[in-house]
Amino acid sequence: MENKVARVKMRNITKRFGPVLANDRVWLDIYQGEILALLGENGSGKTTLMNMLSGIYFPDEGQIFIDDKEVLIRSPKDAFDLKIGMIHQHFKLVDVLTAAENIVLGLHDGKRLDLEKVKTRVREICDAYGFDVDPDEKIYNMSVSQKQTVEIVKVLYRGADILILDEPTAVLTPQETDKLFAVLRNMRNDGKAIVIITHKLHEVEDLSDRVAVLRQGQFIGDMPTRESSAQEMTNMMVGHPVTLNIERPEPVDPKPRVEVKNLTVRSEEGVLKLDDVSFTINSGEILGIAGISGCGQKELLEAIAGLQPTESGSVIYINDNGTKEELIGKDPQAIADKGVALSFVPEDRLGMGLVANMDLTDNMMLRSFRRGRSFFTDRKTPKKLAEDVVKELEVKTPSVNTPVRRLSGGNVQKILVGREIASAPTVLLTAYAVRGLDIHSSYTIYDLINKQKQSGVAVVYVGEDLDVLLELADRILVLCDGKVSGIVDGRGAKKREVGLLMTRVGGKDE
Amino acid sequence: MNKQNQFHIVKRGAMPWYFGWLVRGIAIVLALLVSAAVTTILTGEDPLQVYATIFHGAFGTKRKAWMLGQNMAILLCVSLAVTPAFKMRFWNIGGEGQVLMGGLATAACMICLGDKLPNAVLILIMVIASIAAGAVWGVIPAIFKAKWNTNETLFTLMMNYVATQLVAFFVIVWEVPKGAGKIGIINQTTEAGWLPVIGGQKYLLNILVVAILTVAMHIYLKYSKHGYELTVVGESERTASYVGIKVEKVIIRTMLLSGAICGIAGLLLVGGTDHTVTTTIAGGRGFTAVMVSWLAKFDPLVMIFTSFLLVFLDRGAGEISTVFGLNHSFADILTGIILFFIIGSEFFINYKLSFHKAGKEEKHV
Repeated sequence: MENKVARVKMRNITKRFGPVLANDRVWLDIYQGEILALLGENGSGKTTLMNMLSGIYFPDEGQIFIDDKEVLIRSPKDAFDLKIGMIHQHFKLVDVLTAAENIVLGLHDGKRLDLEKVKTRVREICDAYGFDVDPDEKIYNMSVSQKQTVEIVKVLYRGADILILDEPTAVLTPQETDKLFAVLRNMRNDGKAIVIITHKLHEVEDLSDRVAVLRQGQFIGDMPTRESSAQEMTNMMVGHPVTLNIERPEPVDPKPRVEVKNLTVRSEEGVLKLDDVSFTINSGEILGIAGISGCGQKELLEAIAGLQPTESGSVIYINDNGTKEELIGKDPQAIADKGVALSFVPEDRLGMGLVANMDLTDNMMLRSFRRGRSFFTDRKTPKKLAEDVVKELEVKTPSVNTPVRRLSGGNVQKILVGREIASAPTVLLTAYAVRGLDIHSSYTIYDLINKQKQSGVAVVYVGEDLDVLLELADRILVLCDGKVSGIVDGRGAKKREVGLLMTRVGGKDE
Repeated sequence: MNKQNQFHIVKRGAMPWYFGWLVRGIAIVLALLVSAAVTTILTGEDPLQVYATIFHGAFGTKRKAWMLGQNMAILLCVSLAVTPAFKMRFWNIGGEGQVLMGGLATAACMICLGDKLPNAVLILIMVIASIAAGAVWGVIPAIFKAKWNTNETLFTLMMNYVATQLVAFFVIVWEVPKGAGKIGIINQTTEAGWLPVIGGQKYLLNILVVAILTVAMHIYLKYSKHGYELTVVGESERTASYVGIKVEKVIIRTMLLSGAICGIAGLLLVGGTDHTVTTTIAGGRGFTAVMVSWLAKFDPLVMIFTSFLLVFLDRGAGEISTVFGLNHSFADILTGIILFFIIGSEFFINYKLSFHKAGKEEKHV
């Protein structure tokens, strides 16, 4: 990297969304043959900046130079013509088409489509970088990591040599992540310029050559990765020194709170989602649930919360005085009517946990609006609650009358968790509570969850970051293909061991 | 990369409250200018005279002003009816059929019970029957939607045709005199079942009833638990089930209400003003109501203005076609131009265009 060539130069890039300044005169260089990690908290403008490079947004001000020539990128097609390709957090693939068909989709060179030629070219790309894709496989048959691979091949097929990956590892297992990183290193050695957006600092240290940090839309600085440290990067992102340890207080008087026995769930299409799952959730303890995406975590939590029809099995809630309550067959309202204080922070925050178009007060009301005999709603109490949550959890919002869709991801999650905790639950189910959240917000959430545990709440924490699960949970239940693959003690558990349990029931090495 | 004068659509940020009204005002002025140009080019008439005639058609005489009020009241009533359904994202375009059924039930009571009951009892039965008929017509698609997730747009639309045919059938059953193909004024001599005339004004009762309904609907949507529930269901059914709202129940309850209010519109038309029933009494209001409701963004109080606007344009347009001897289609052209500008202005309230020239400074419009 002695003679570094800057492929991309972004100069004074400014982008506003209404009153929000998403990017404020950002300067950024992207070099050939280098992996650049773009860091920053939520809402710091990383994705916005990259979206302007890939033609999704157009900058309000500023200039972009590719190979020292000024360019205007108005559409993803313009970006492709400049050999820029972005792999988004949410895949943009057509499920019913094959990998090869998805890869050529939208390309038209005027000639007849020769799918055989496409497949050959796809295989060449795969061989060159070590991908594992069958061009004839339909997307809906693919795992998340395979879909991601298709996205990367798609971009390479179009000749991209500037690649942008937006949080590519959020959905991958540790093993899949290692594979992806190996491929990315191959591409770098092949002379491509690569940008990766991520929140996971150990990945940054592991993979990148250089880090650039954004904070509140502004470029803070960049440096070679090996000359920096996780602590320094965090401080730059947050703007002040922070500690990076997750606490794990001892469980508080753990007693069985919920017993799940032989739970079996099928999806509407008849696919087995949970297969004879049994375990116990204790009060005053955090039960972590690990597993690759789609292994049944979602169905498990929704079945306990009364949102998922089950085929067989039981979920028994045990009161303090020893009396038991069967939760299967009851909807959320019936569960609440039985006096079971169950709170649920679902994965889909704006599609399920909250109503995006409603303001903070109305969202607080979702849980409590039925209270009282009156025909009319009481808005004073939820307004007070909204104000309290905003104050206590340091939610950044113009007012409690702002629709939650206007808030950034971390603040949305604080509202949701704040509301769920406010009802003084005895069981707290959380699904990907810190997904997409920056470090600062994540630690706020860990803190809140720990406080619940210390006050005797039975907490279930479904997480995707194994490092966090290993630091936070008292016990970890590993799911694999809807089966319980193992339950390990959080203290002393090894990442590799849990990783293997996630991919194979029982975790036996091949 | 050499395309010039590219423009982009950019969402506006928070604008001061009067900004929206300013844009709408400009839109109306532009609409009037374009209409004037079209009028002069196509007909050679003086556009100012045409506008004066529109105004005269709407307000010119006392009778015309009352007619305006009556038309506005019925349109607003149907709009109020479809609004809770729309807020729940249930696309009830069956207002037409629900009004017809309400009207048919009213007429049935008047014809069959006309001379057999005291008037007060008869009117009470008419009220109940019309509300029930409208509600039943509204709730049938709702039940299918709730239980089997059928498409409510098609379903409610088809129910309109069924209602029209039912009315056509009963018109023949009850036709007076035989062979006339129409019912004529029901109970013309006894006036049995005619809703009372208050203050000596035929239309005042209808206007008062709808005024009360408007306020009630505003309160229902904004402050009641039902209103909150149906808004949540409309925004996200998943969120609704997550907090334990019974989605099926809310859909059925809301459509009962929606149909019931359409039934009231039928009652006001048949019992209050027309005193007869035909297949066209609803007069397309079931569809115009969709526009009233959307233009007002489902706010009952704003719907007072949007329903006024549409009725005003319609009444005025009718007048110019008679006064200037123009085809009625010409009036529709003017209405179309004005609506186009008003609806189009919403775009400029939320977005702006920004133009780029390669390598040069940018302009915002």
